[in-house]
Amino acid sequence: MSALLGKAGRTAPAAAGATGAGAAGAPGGRLLPWGARRAPGRRRTGWRAFAFVLPAWAYVAAFYVYPLASNVRMGFQDYTVASFFTGSAPYVGLANYRAVWHDPQFTRTVVNTALFTAGSLLLQFAVGLGLAVFFRRSFPLGGVLRSLLLVPWLLPLVVSGTVWRWMFYNDSGVVNQALLHLHLIHQPVPWLVSTHMSLVAVTLVNIWVGIPFNMVILYGGLQAIPEQLYEAAAIDGANAWQRFTRITLPMLRPVSLVVLTLGLIYTVKAFDVIMTVSQGGPANSSQTLTTYAYQLSFQQLTFGRGAAVGNLLILLAVVFAALYLRAVRDQEGRAR
Amino acid sequence: MSGGGPAKGRKVVVTCAGVLIVAVMLFPLYWMVDASLLRTQDLVSPTPTWFPLHGTLAGYRSVLDSQGGHLLVSLGVSLGTVAVTLLIAAPAAYGMATLRSPGRRALLFSLLVAQMIPGIVMANALYVAADRLRLINSPVALVLADSTLCVPFATLILHSFLRGVPGELTEAAALDGASRLRTFWSVVLPVARNAVITAALFSFLFAWADFLFAVTLTTQDDRAPVTVGIYRFIGANLTDWNSVMATGVVASLPAALLLVLAQRYVAAGIGSGGLKD
Repeated sequence: MSALLGKAGRTAPAAAGATGAGAAGAPGGRLLPWGARRAPGRRRTGWRAFAFVLPAWAYVAAFYVYPLASNVRMGFQDYTVASFFTGSAPYVGLANYRAVWHDPQFTRTVVNTALFTAGSLLLQFAVGLGLAVFFRRSFPLGGVLRSLLLVPWLLPLVVSGTVWRWMFYNDSGVVNQALLHLHLIHQPVPWLVSTHMSLVAVTLVNIWVGIPFNMVILYGGLQAIPEQLYEAAAIDGANAWQRFTRITLPMLRPVSLVVLTLGLIYTVKAFDVIMTVSQGGPANSSQTLTTYAYQLSFQQLTFGRGAAVGNLLILLAVVFAALYLRAVRDQEGRAR
Repeated sequence: MSGGGPAKGRKVVVTCAGVLIVAVMLFPLYWMVDASLLRTQDLVSPTPTWFPLHGTLAGYRSVLDSQGGHLLVSLGVSLGTVAVTLLIAAPAAYGMATLRSPGRRALLFSLLVAQMIPGIVMANALYVAADRLRLINSPVALVLADSTLCVPFATLILHSFLRGVPGELTEAAALDGASRLRTFWSVVLPVARNAVITAALFSFLFAWADFLFAVTLTTQDDRAPVTVGIYRFIGANLTDWNSVMATGVVASLPAALLLVLAQRYVAAGIGSGGLKD
């Protein structure tokens, strides 16, 4: 069950990704053999069945292909607030891309995106793996505690972000109060006030949000490792650390690749957390490409430039999607 | 699992460690509930108030006053999203999984890739389209936009489930002279009940939690769902954390309910096969 929840949850996009990969990547229905068998009298069904999938095709065209194409086009247009009144936006070639490129904020935003993504991925994965290993052993209440850990990830991100924003307050925020109390710091850390700390704060929140997802998928991967391997290693005198590095890590590699690539796709487009915790500020210090695109389109009302940044994100998504599909294929290949 | 019978005491220690981990991870949620009950003077104090001993329900009263409308918008939009999603996803899953319609792999692949489109790109394009159709601030626009978060997931989950339904079942219906539409309605959907409920529950949750489409497609405050309600609430008054947190608690209730309900339905969906492990 946890595996499905893992696929179903917060990573809505990613989520179905994992499920779908299983289905789409399996020619002829490897998952369930009888579904693949074509019943004798059923050969004619083909095109008449099309009536049932037609709405879905129309939906894909209207709600994915069209927006995608429209965004790509807008990237080449001077689409501003005036365009909404006149109904026309002149084509300007690469002017939007040039404007973004020369925006002093752009470099900072790219660096922020890279740091935010790398930091989130690494720590989500590390903590998620630690928790998965911890919960692998059976102990009283283990199952209940494991399900409880999923709660943060089912909450609306706006709610979690808002709570964290309050927890990060300088003087009345509990994070600083706790750290001061434990004598880990001597004066309050200006989490959301300082341009040096805001990206760290936002990344920490995003790590917190992503840990359950990583834990659930990695836990599923751990369950698939045959117990005999550990028994054999124990007989050969391998200690716990050796068992972890020589068995667990290598056997988890395919699942880890899937988790990390899904995390990549999901982290780069993170929006809710940043907007509620820091709004990309102060002074754009926690702005990423996604919030930057939002700022260009919906705050500065330069939709063409917002679209241009959006198109950069599409390029990234294409690369990540290819990585993801490859990771899934590798995993299926091994599972076979 | 690790068999062998180590001392019972060791397991208790592990359970304690587990409780501690969960307590740390869930602390922000406790803090939200705590704050939603605290008086303003406790909220701004330099020492934390760990328990709401002198609690107040003022925050929850103000939720009803100021966020009631937003909650209703969220409810309506989420229910609408569930309807649209199932209307598209269920027939498609049936057509692909049971009737083996041509081009099904292309459709599955498109849906899989569709979810990787960055949300901000969708928001940018959908805003322009909604403006042209005069649908800004309309719940219809929000329902349609939110459904883009749900249709791929719902289709894929229903498809996996229906692949596990033995072909004999629908063939028997066909032999009895039932049309495809009838077979779909009276045989397939009842059999897939658990998967349908699971898809519906998660669609509801995705729509309920949506912030990006909500904040871009609604400019009028009384048309905004609760996620935007909270967001503008903090923007507007930075001191009334008690009410903000109470709103957060109320906005989290659907997720909490889902966790309780989905335990059963999601497990049932898996039990019927269709998904790997």
